[in-house]
Amino acid sequence: MDTTALPRIPPDQVKVSRSPGYWATVGRRILADRVTLVCLVLLATIALAAVFADVLAPLDPLKTSMAKRLRPIGTPGFPLGTDELGRDILSRLLYGGRMSLLMGSWPVANALVIGGTLGIVAGFFGGRLNMVIMRTVDVFYAFPSVLLAVAISGALGSGMKNAIVALTIVFVPPLVRIAETVTTQVRNLDFVEAARASGAGSPTIIRVHLLPNVMGAIVVYASGLFSVSIILASGLSFLGLGVEPPQAEWGLMLNTLRQAIYVQPWVAILPGMMIFVTSICCNLASDGLRAAMEIKQ
Amino acid sequence: MTVVHTLPPAPDVGGPAEPLLKVEGLTKHFPVRGTGFFAPKLVARAVDGITFSIAKGETLGVVGESGCGKSTTARLLMRLIEPDSGSMIFDGELVGGELSLRDLRRRMQMVFQDSYASLNPRLTIADSLAFAPVVHGIPHGEAMAAAADLLEQVGLDSATVLGRYPHQLSGGQRQRINIARALALHPRLVILDEAVSALDKSVEAQVLNLLVDLKRSFDLTYIFISHDLNVVHYIADRAMVMYLGKIVELGPVDRIYAAPAHPYTRALFSARLSSDPERRTVAVAIEGDPPNPINPPSGCRFRTRCPMAAEVCAAHEPAAIDLGFGHSVACHLHDPASGHAEARAHV
Repeated sequence: MDTTALPRIPPDQVKVSRSPGYWATVGRRILADRVTLVCLVLLATIALAAVFADVLAPLDPLKTSMAKRLRPIGTPGFPLGTDELGRDILSRLLYGGRMSLLMGSWPVANALVIGGTLGIVAGFFGGRLNMVIMRTVDVFYAFPSVLLAVAISGALGSGMKNAIVALTIVFVPPLVRIAETVTTQVRNLDFVEAARASGAGSPTIIRVHLLPNVMGAIVVYASGLFSVSIILASGLSFLGLGVEPPQAEWGLMLNTLRQAIYVQPWVAILPGMMIFVTSICCNLASDGLRAAMEIKQ
Repeated sequence: MTVVHTLPPAPDVGGPAEPLLKVEGLTKHFPVRGTGFFAPKLVARAVDGITFSIAKGETLGVVGESGCGKSTTARLLMRLIEPDSGSMIFDGELVGGELSLRDLRRRMQMVFQDSYASLNPRLTIADSLAFAPVVHGIPHGEAMAAAADLLEQVGLDSATVLGRYPHQLSGGQRQRINIARALALHPRLVILDEAVSALDKSVEAQVLNLLVDLKRSFDLTYIFISHDLNVVHYIADRAMVMYLGKIVELGPVDRIYAAPAHPYTRALFSARLSSDPERRTVAVAIEGDPPNPINPPSGCRFRTRCPMAAEVCAAHEPAAIDLGFGHSVACHLHDPASGHAEARAHV
């Protein structure tokens, strides 16, 4: 076959019958995966409820009433009962969701940017830079994550901002490691060498060839950390290191309702239920996302 | 002959007599960490001072066992890894001197063995093919048009293939795309590093024929790295036999295949498969694996496996001896002055 005799195709006639794009495929797979879909819908509902807490909440979450303490679920006016200071549980759960979701997402988002950048830089450039970054990160692995969060939070003092800083520091090392691992794998593939062989510089190679191939894995891993962050933040609040009373936050509510567990067990476990449902949805959705983002299926 | 390029082909600087590429003493020693914390630092002599040149329009086949430094040589030529020493002159211009690395990579391209790993799984074929021209300043639209053109040149239907992703294509199609990608910058020299080795025999034959056609229409020079001696015989004009980071024999394919001069080449050829019952392999000439390149044998590196090894082979490293007709061999057997008992003069 003489391939050279073929006529040139003018630019405006180049027909590209683009096969369904990558993200369209991912979306289709998620829609077909019922568990992931339910989890995502639940998460969205919880997030929306938290965002519109001031519209949805029937009562002021901070208004106490000594006369109406620890009412059971279904009390008229207090659909989910009241806590040990007579505050409406439903309103507090809605407002508490704000805090909890904030504490779940902020540290992870911060760590994703910091850890992801460090990891990609370490993985891509390798050598001494990799050594410095990775060995520094290893130091943080010497402490259990809960202990580290408590220690940093304790050292910085209580308060939400400090808790976010503490949790960010806890989540940076695992994200650096994940980012470094996937970057090292991708960097050694032939298409990166081919890109370098075609004269492209490192920034271009990172942007075009590296990021699209590593971001998926990093983001999926980070989404799994979201639930860990909520639980750790709740733990910090439980210890009095995170959100301060009288503000509502699920972990803090769980802490204060702890003594009421024998009086109103169903009311007392409600904040715990919220933490549980949110985290399990996060984990399942993150798993589903990972499966949907596989290239070959 | 209507070959269209958006990037103009690189000019012929040195004239027809100037070799396209002259390589002088190219060396790469990889540092290897010894076992144990205080172990001395060691080096693996992956490529150890190789010198050769390649004429314009020829195909140089590079053969040898796994680990002999074929692929390292390819990566050194592309400057994907930095050589420890040695110089490269591309068409009369010193690489790193008059010729920048960026310009070198415009003139020299490479096709890798693994057709899947050498394409970005997240880019469509169109984007993969347009990447290099865009890097070199070609507007995106033109690069896309050129991509469609290139696909037709490598025998693929551009309308169906352009928008696809690598995993939606077969190995043969992907390797054609890798070839198209290498041609997108209109290079003068293409290094084919085991480019057809991973393909089925029938597809391999098609791709080989395609390479022959493309060589003519794009006016290319090939460095064809392969472990398949039959394929090298078919496609190459000259062959370069490597053993443990050294060139042991270099010469026209017809001469080397008719009368291999180096004992290693002979051994390699006796291990070659043939469908001709008259040329059936009778005995295995050499056994085992090549010695460790971290601590290669003294003198001639092949002496540990060579049936003709003598004392002189351990004492002195053989220099390349000219056998005439551009055929050279690095073996004491062909140098009467070497002191090898069985050495005899040629020419």
